[in-house]
Amino acid sequence: MTMSNILAMLVSALGAQNAAQEPYSGAPALRVPAALFVRAAELLKSADSRLCAEWAADDTAFGRSFSVWAAYNRGAEYIVVTSDLPKDAPSFPTLTKHYVAAYRFERQIMGLMGVKADGHPDMRPWIKHEDWPADAYPLRKSFDAAVALPRVEGRYEWIKANGEGVFEIPVGPVHAGIIEPGHFRFQAVGERILNLEEKLGYVHKGIEKRFESLSWEEGARLAGRISGDTTVAHALAYSLAVENAAGFFAPVRAAWVRALLLERERMCNHLADLAAICNDVSFTFGYYQFGLLREKLLRTNHRLFGHRLMMDRVMPGGVSVDITDGGEGEIIAETGELMEEYERLINIYDDNPSLKDRLYGSGALSPAKAKDMGVVGIAGRASGQEVDARRQYPFLPYDAVIPKSIVLRSGDAHARAWVRIEEVRDSARLSLELLQKMPQGKIFATPPALVPDAKGFSAVEGWRGEIICWVHAGPGGKPNRCMVRDPSAVNWLALEQSVKEDMVPDFPLVNKSFNNSYSGNDL
Amino acid sequence: MLRILHQIFRTGIVTEPLAPEEEKSVELVGERLEEAVRKVFEGSLTIRMVDAGSCNACELEIHALNNPIYNCERFGITFTASPRFADMLLVTGPVAGNMEVALKRAYDAMPPPKLVVAVGGCAYDGGIFGKSYASKGGVASVLPVSAYIHGCPPTPAAILTGILAAIGSKR
Repeated sequence: MTMSNILAMLVSALGAQNAAQEPYSGAPALRVPAALFVRAAELLKSADSRLCAEWAADDTAFGRSFSVWAAYNRGAEYIVVTSDLPKDAPSFPTLTKHYVAAYRFERQIMGLMGVKADGHPDMRPWIKHEDWPADAYPLRKSFDAAVALPRVEGRYEWIKANGEGVFEIPVGPVHAGIIEPGHFRFQAVGERILNLEEKLGYVHKGIEKRFESLSWEEGARLAGRISGDTTVAHALAYSLAVENAAGFFAPVRAAWVRALLLERERMCNHLADLAAICNDVSFTFGYYQFGLLREKLLRTNHRLFGHRLMMDRVMPGGVSVDITDGGEGEIIAETGELMEEYERLINIYDDNPSLKDRLYGSGALSPAKAKDMGVVGIAGRASGQEVDARRQYPFLPYDAVIPKSIVLRSGDAHARAWVRIEEVRDSARLSLELLQKMPQGKIFATPPALVPDAKGFSAVEGWRGEIICWVHAGPGGKPNRCMVRDPSAVNWLALEQSVKEDMVPDFPLVNKSFNNSYSGNDL
Repeated sequence: MLRILHQIFRTGIVTEPLAPEEEKSVELVGERLEEAVRKVFEGSLTIRMVDAGSCNACELEIHALNNPIYNCERFGITFTASPRFADMLLVTGPVAGNMEVALKRAYDAMPPPKLVVAVGGCAYDGGIFGKSYASKGGVASVLPVSAYIHGCPPTPAAILTGILAAIGSKR
């Protein structure tokens, strides 16, 4: 069943009486009866769509109950499907039978919102740790976020492996390097990994709930700290969602400046990852050289935009920094010099047998598995998935300045590194093109206040991959819910699958080649 | 190999001295080290870094201490995987409720003098995450802090200056 338009397909398959169109705000949205929520998923799955995000909202402030939401993508089309849930026992049938990615989305919904996914194969809460009171549901309106949680006795039931010679390696939450915390539990025989199970949530600091106590303007600062390495992309996703909810477009020049910052963020992080990948295979020359290039970019950011990581430069309504003529000249000159140096390093990188020996074949994720899990971003593109929100959800100015499609199929650590290598080149090209064609005009305009019950959706391609943001205004137009789906929330699942049968000592390298965010996942 | 050597010579030495104005980001609290201990640490300081709930921006800038420009090893500063070898605990982030136990365990595993340096605005007072059901706020709510390095995130130069100030280095 393939139709040119998944929205039309859904409406015709479910019947117009069962699929009410919500006002467009960033993506088309359909309201379906709760009994058909899973049917919609099934139809979309058979029409080759990907589940991007799934979340719940507490609508009691409007006198309603809870609602469940799912966002899907196919090609250039994103759609949102929602159902209102019964008041007495809020639950919905699980989507895990159709979509692997629903596995953690729904555990999170159950743990933090207390809305049950009936038939889910794993009822252990996610993000919510075992020492929380079982009835603490922080995303509910009735939950007071200011009150400290009491610690209770609890036990996390890990997946076990038995048999002769099988042993377990617990790692974390505090890891060996300068890195975020999380727990990995390996079941292994000798050096071979039988299974890896992740337990995350250690850096959960209540971000989604926090949004609800801030104004829409303050929220941009918080969005910029969802994952500090992705501050531009997260602030942008948030800003677009708020602007979509307000039915407002930021000034055109602001959109172009945002894209320039986004591409610079991509370059900085890819260079850092290439450095770290070299370090993990003890090729310290590459570690220092790529690190130096990154540092040069950060210093230029600091000079031109007043912050090395470009935090708090993107907000609903536009941006707070403009590109001056002098700044433009500086970026053009810097990009030229940087790329010359970069190509020299890539020649050396590509000619290094010890790098190849470690990277080729390590942590291979097949295109079939990547598709099954809905893997996004660099990891998806390294495993044959044509996923790039800049090309598929072409927010301004990516309709005019088009990113190259960089897709490899081997899905190993090498492919993930090589996608980055190509993307640094492409982001350098895009930066120059953005500067060349950048329209004149204002960089900020105050968006109108949000009306009660307004909703806004956005998808932005950060350097890791697609970020989904969805906002909902409560009574009085203040934030009622702000849902964030970092690419890592999907790609952590991919890491688990990619290391099966690999060697334990290759894990740090494979992990680095994904470089998933803990903070963006844990929120 | 020749290309690698060529590139190394082209790059040269890029390490920069620390500017004195970086000290404005640093706030020392609590007791100072004894002179004898200070002298030992001045040429050799081992740090265990723990992210207690950070957004990862502070980690990026701490990472940068190892790049050739900031080159923390010139001061004898190295990062260790084990808290048992650590003279200093460098903590970032508000203390997430889910990290509180692990942070305390890392601290308990350290030998004296157990210096704690809190990096970034969140480690100072919880920053934008504040205090909530999931966040305990600043590091001082859980551990005794010797120095704060302010900034969101602080620059690598400020972090390096703060680490040296915390051990009373005369540099």
